[in-house]
Amino acid sequence: MSTAAATDPGREALFRYVLRLGDTSLVLGQRLGEWVGHAPALEEDLGLANLSLDLIGQARLLLSYAGEIEGQGRDEDELAFFRDAPAFLNLTLAEQPNGDFGRTIVRQFLLDAWQLEIFEGLSGSADARLAGIAAKAIKETRYHFRFSSGWLVRLGDGTEESHRRVQDALHELWRFTTEFFAADDVDNELAAAGVAPDLAALQSRWLARVDEVLKEATLARPAPVAYQWHGKLGVHTEHLGHMLGEMQHVQRTYPGAQW
Amino acid sequence: MSNDWPLYEVFIRSRAGLEHKHVGSLHAADATMAVEHARDVYTRRQEGVSIWVVRSSDIVASDPNDADALFEPARDKVYRHPTFYTIPDEVKNL
Repeated sequence: MSTAAATDPGREALFRYVLRLGDTSLVLGQRLGEWVGHAPALEEDLGLANLSLDLIGQARLLLSYAGEIEGQGRDEDELAFFRDAPAFLNLTLAEQPNGDFGRTIVRQFLLDAWQLEIFEGLSGSADARLAGIAAKAIKETRYHFRFSSGWLVRLGDGTEESHRRVQDALHELWRFTTEFFAADDVDNELAAAGVAPDLAALQSRWLARVDEVLKEATLARPAPVAYQWHGKLGVHTEHLGHMLGEMQHVQRTYPGAQW
Repeated sequence: MSNDWPLYEVFIRSRAGLEHKHVGSLHAADATMAVEHARDVYTRRQEGVSIWVVRSSDIVASDPNDADALFEPARDKVYRHPTFYTIPDEVKNL
């Protein structure tokens, strides 16, 4: 890593990094929004919608910033509604379908714990704009984690059926967490510049946080999976395209339509 | 699902220094969840800075059938309202 790169991270790297964060929040927020009107109880319907709106709010801030970094005149809406799946750089776990309520909670819990580490790390970022966004997002994320870990404990340590369902979901979704901490050139360049937290350092803290809740929830942590997914490089599972089809439909049909 | 959950009454303090006011009720599996639900249902628009929840079944209420005995006797005792005193001009801030 050269000194020049350490003080002035490339525009392209920063663009991609901010897009990854923004897309992860956006895709996860959209998924949670699918629960509106379908949650097991009115109170949970509102709870999940609140989480969704927090995440979409984060996505707006991050995608607006990404558009400014790119400097091609694309705003948050342009980025959200007029990119196809391969141009989305969200973590693969975020795009996985909701499944039952327990599976949604497992997905949320794993990503909440990840966002906690990322936003805590970013609140001390050398990039003032990212630090500001992270400082706002961390408060929301602390509540999200409280919500999802509370539910994970209730379901894991609940009935035989609820335990089985969340344990199955954990087995199914755990394989996507390998990607969380697999640093590539973008991560390394920005970490060296003090813009992004060092992913390797976050992993043990994330794992400790996750383990603590899994223990309380009487859930077994699945074994690590060697294969790694590459959502943050734009290589997605088939689920993202279907989700975007629904999310982008109105803007694609009536470009520029205003609410 | 919510039919299996007990009902909680929710009280919100809108600003520091004001009292908690009853705002409604909701279902939750336990008290912790009730606070979270109250946060999600009743403070979405910055309505509060503090939440109390209490199991509805723990509230002891007066019986509507006792209303006559409880409240009727107060009706003809208007002298209990402090409106029969003349306040001297010298007294301020009353």
